[in-house]
Amino acid sequence: MQVSDSTTQDDAFIRIRHVDKFFGSFQALDDVSLDIHLGQKIVICGPSGSGKSTAIRCINRLEAHDAGEIAIDGVRIDDSAAARRVLRNNVGMVFQQFNLFPHLSILDNLTLGPVRARGMPAAEARSLAEYYLERVRIPEQIDKFPGQLSGGQQQRVAIARALCMEPKIMLFDEPTSALDPEMIAEVLEVIEELAGSGMTMICVTHEMGFAGHVADQMVFMDHGRIVEMAPPKQFFSAPESERCQTFLKQILRH
Amino acid sequence: MVLRMRLLPLLATALLLTGCSADWGWYVVDPTSPAGQRNLMFLIDGLYYTIALSVTAILISVVVGLLIALPGLARSRPPRIINRVYVELVRAVPILVLILWVYYGLPQVADIAISMFWAGVLALAISDSAFQAEIFRAGIQSIDRGQHEAAHSISLSYADKMRFVILPQAIKRILPALGNQLVYMLKMSSLVSVIGMQELTRRANELVVTEYRPLEIYTVLVLEYLVLILLVSAGVRWVERRMGAGEAR
Repeated sequence: MQVSDSTTQDDAFIRIRHVDKFFGSFQALDDVSLDIHLGQKIVICGPSGSGKSTAIRCINRLEAHDAGEIAIDGVRIDDSAAARRVLRNNVGMVFQQFNLFPHLSILDNLTLGPVRARGMPAAEARSLAEYYLERVRIPEQIDKFPGQLSGGQQQRVAIARALCMEPKIMLFDEPTSALDPEMIAEVLEVIEELAGSGMTMICVTHEMGFAGHVADQMVFMDHGRIVEMAPPKQFFSAPESERCQTFLKQILRH
Repeated sequence: MVLRMRLLPLLATALLLTGCSADWGWYVVDPTSPAGQRNLMFLIDGLYYTIALSVTAILISVVVGLLIALPGLARSRPPRIINRVYVELVRAVPILVLILWVYYGLPQVADIAISMFWAGVLALAISDSAFQAEIFRAGIQSIDRGQHEAAHSISLSYADKMRFVILPQAIKRILPALGNQLVYMLKMSSLVSVIGMQELTRRANELVVTEYRPLEIYTVLVLEYLVLILLVSAGVRWVERRMGAGEAR
């Protein structure tokens, strides 16, 4: 779907224009266009294989898009040094499987990026790590290893690790999908708090209750295309497309 | 391991007992006689070069192996081809042939003087590096893709990602294989005897020539390698345990 005029202003911080992505002959993204402004919270949902993860993975270049253009703060995202710089300074990511470094302590997990990628002195990185661990409410775990923490705690450490790079935008790729049910709330709370503090975020999730609180824009994807985009109130009460209605019915039934 | 350690003295005793018959001449290596003692020391002295050759060669082959493994993991084809060609070529050359070629051939080709020791080290290291490259490649490939992605997401450079994230985990996984290579290297170093290197095997050969007691002397040689390698195996296991204990997974 083409984005409406109101969202194509040039002051968008992230601009995604007509992006295609193929995995072999499978088209994962089909003419995806999306603008994200600073401070916005966008939740992307859709059936599995709809391209929602691929979309955010293209934003921080975990995947290279095949056509179209992605720009962050006016810098085109490709393999250039300029793109790497703009990603380093602006974009953090949280993964479904946490992807903490199992051989490093929590402290080292958090300080590795600041010290190695941003050239921060170790002491400063440490206090940064302490600050963000406090914010995700597990300051006492700083000297443990990832394997000693619960899934929910690990994901909160992963959030803190991304925050330690002090990004302007956080990408969440199904942050609670790998968690046991009783641990989902603690992670969502942390993300909600972060949203409340004004962080720009793009979140792929199936947690529709959470999406309703947090998002200012819902995006529904199917077969690699953005099918529907609306503020949550309108999105949940009166979805336009049939596919979106079906999806919501299925996911909200429980 | 424990079992083998217990068997060792038994085996040695059995050999010594059989050796007490008239056909055996243990006197050549009898530690209670001055001549036997001298012979034994002559044999054991070879340990220095066996260990020096093996350890130097394995240190070099680990570094070269890693440097060869990395292009093998690249996404584009040309670096992968470089990796394949190196590995296939080097694996196709018998170590003994490589030793001879490096010692007698290389000085002519490259117009350099190369000592026996460094010719041996070079040949052993080159030969082993192809295997090290394969071990590293498999080890690095066994690390979950999510680790690469997480490193990317905190903007680590390729070098930092390898150094701080991927290699520490990969090396821990391939440690048993690296230990095997060290044992293999200790055994293969015996081949360097052909160019005159005074390591364990060469010493034994020389003593056999003067004493005409091949059975006894080579038996001592076997025991020397056996003890050396059992000690190395135990050492490798100890390191593995220590690295495994450092972290709860």
